[in-house]
Amino acid sequence: MAVVTFIETHNGKASKASLELLSYGRSMAAATSASLVAVIFSDSDTQELKDHGADVIYTVDTASDSYFNLERYSTTLAEISALEKATLVVVSSSSEGRYLGPSLAVKTEATYLSNAVALPTAYNPFTVKQSCFTNKGFAISESLSSSTVLSLSSNSFGIHPQPGRGEVKTHPYASTQSKLEVTKVEHAQESISIADADIVVSGGRGLKGPEHWHLIEDLASTLGAATACSKPVSDLGWRPHSEHVGQTGKPVASNLYIAIGISGAIQHLAGINASKVKVVINNDPEAPFFKAADYGIVGDAFEVVPVLIEKLKALKKA
Amino acid sequence: MKILVCISCVPDTTTKINFTADQKAFETQGVQYIINPNDEFGLTRAIRLQQSHGAHVTVVTVGDVSCEPILRKCLAIGADAALRIDTQPQDGYFVSKQLEALCQKQSFDLILTGRESIDYNGGMVGGMLATLLNLPFVTHCVGLEINGDEAIMQREIDGGKEHTKANLPVVLGAQKGLVEEKDLIIPNMRGIMQARQKPLTVEAPVALDPRSQIEHYEKPEARGPVTLFDLSDVDGLLNALQNQAKVL
Ligand SMILES: Cc1cc2nc3c(=O)[nH]c(=O)nc-3n(C[C@H](O)[C@H](O)[C@H](O)COP(=O)(O)OP(=O)(O)OC[C@H]3O[C@@H](n4cnc5c(N)ncnc54)[C@H](O)[C@@H]3O)c2cc1C
Repeated sequence: MAVVTFIETHNGKASKASLELLSYGRSMAAATSASLVAVIFSDSDTQELKDHGADVIYTVDTASDSYFNLERYSTTLAEISALEKATLVVVSSSSEGRYLGPSLAVKTEATYLSNAVALPTAYNPFTVKQSCFTNKGFAISESLSSSTVLSLSSNSFGIHPQPGRGEVKTHPYASTQSKLEVTKVEHAQESISIADADIVVSGGRGLKGPEHWHLIEDLASTLGAATACSKPVSDLGWRPHSEHVGQTGKPVASNLYIAIGISGAIQHLAGINASKVKVVINNDPEAPFFKAADYGIVGDAFEVVPVLIEKLKALKKA
Repeated sequence: MKILVCISCVPDTTTKINFTADQKAFETQGVQYIINPNDEFGLTRAIRLQQSHGAHVTVVTVGDVSCEPILRKCLAIGADAALRIDTQPQDGYFVSKQLEALCQKQSFDLILTGRESIDYNGGMVGGMLATLLNLPFVTHCVGLEINGDEAIMQREIDGGKEHTKANLPVVLGAQKGLVEEKDLIIPNMRGIMQARQKPLTVEAPVALDPRSQIEHYEKPEARGPVTLFDLSDVDGLLNALQNQAKVL
């Protein structure tokens, strides 16, 4: 029996979400006397995976492919899952993880459950809490198959390193022909992605125009945070669509979410609710966001944000 | 070119989500339904291809008769035909299998689903359907051009964009960006009148068991009140974030 995890790497290091998968997988493996299997599609630090709980580490050499290839990755993972008699395969909620999950579930005839937010409450039948209605509710769902593919909501379990056996094996990269050809990948320069960020600084229509976004960017760079925005801000073309967060934009599950000049409409809140701590800066004490926030300052963003940046810089120096 | 747009009927985005007293079901009383926003971006892209390439656009939903007003709305937006597969959607796999059966009976060159529905957020129908049909799949799709037999697509990835191409047929997971918000089509009187004449066909489902079931629902825990600080007390806020919330 095995719990298989799909590990994503950036520059030879496992992503934060992948380390979280290992911690989550370690707990499930312990509860079911299974071994925890990590699969990586690159040459990377296997020691790190061992330290975080992996009993068996499969490295797959994808040199013949420079990009994520849905068809070949899912086929390879299906092969390893069969080899290890996996009853559970866990992927993160990254764009690759959620791209892969449904396809892998069909290939392995498994149940697919997305957005798990906690450890399973039972293993027979496999029962787990999932977020639904864009974080406005939870479903406690049962898998009706003998194996399950699960996507874990990021930042819902945390990273709790506990060493595993760390036996390293190799597995061939599936040679399936992909009908999809990747022609180019563009990466935004040096910015921190919303999915990876511990802290997200987000601006709304209250900032009045794109010419004021240096406030958001300066605050974000002081904090090492990603930048985001409300929907109208991206619709107006003040910021790129990739920064739009909320029910119809990107989901946010950071440790800290700072909302500046955002009213807190239900569709906005739905998408950012999974963040642990929310700070709101708004000049309207009646703004609905204050009802959904942990901390707030009622005040003009143009006055508050510069003070915040200055104090944070001082704090960092100290 | 034949296009299929898969539509999910979902609660309006402003809906307060409640569950029945026994927590076994979503409380549908008083809920307004809309076209799942991600699906609406796909539908609009399909209508643009109808205008530019003479494509024939069919919309389909898996659901009971209560979904028909939403299908009529899709017809008013410009779809040529609507299909309803007459069964309660039980899980994403169940819906994908119903759609697979349809796609095997009628063939489509382009199948658009939404990247996810805003009710169950499964994000699974497109990927499962593509795998069942053994077709190329691009989710979080923010760009699509059709050039002869080829689809040229863009997928939003964490911190960037991936450019791909494939020969038709393909399956896509649509979202905002595939068309701009301001370009979404709002049905006009003419469209609404025409929609009444367009075919809305009801199909029988294929018999099959779902692979998951919801045992019960829970609401998020109520949160405590906000702690407010004055502009003169930014230090107080930073102190709380550092020492109380421990996020700095
Ligand atoms: C189907 C649908 C889906 C949607 N999906 C999303 C989504 O995914 N994400 C999303 O964000 N929205 C979404 N919306 C839109 C949402 O309903 C709101 O319209 C939107 O979130 C409002 O954005 P905002 O808070 O930036 O602007 P506004 O509502 O205009 O709020 C601006 C705020 O800034 C404050 N302000 C003004 N000046 C200052 C100042 N000097 N200093 C400090 N504060 C100031 C104001 O008090 C106000 O609270 C959706 C809507 C629909 C219908």
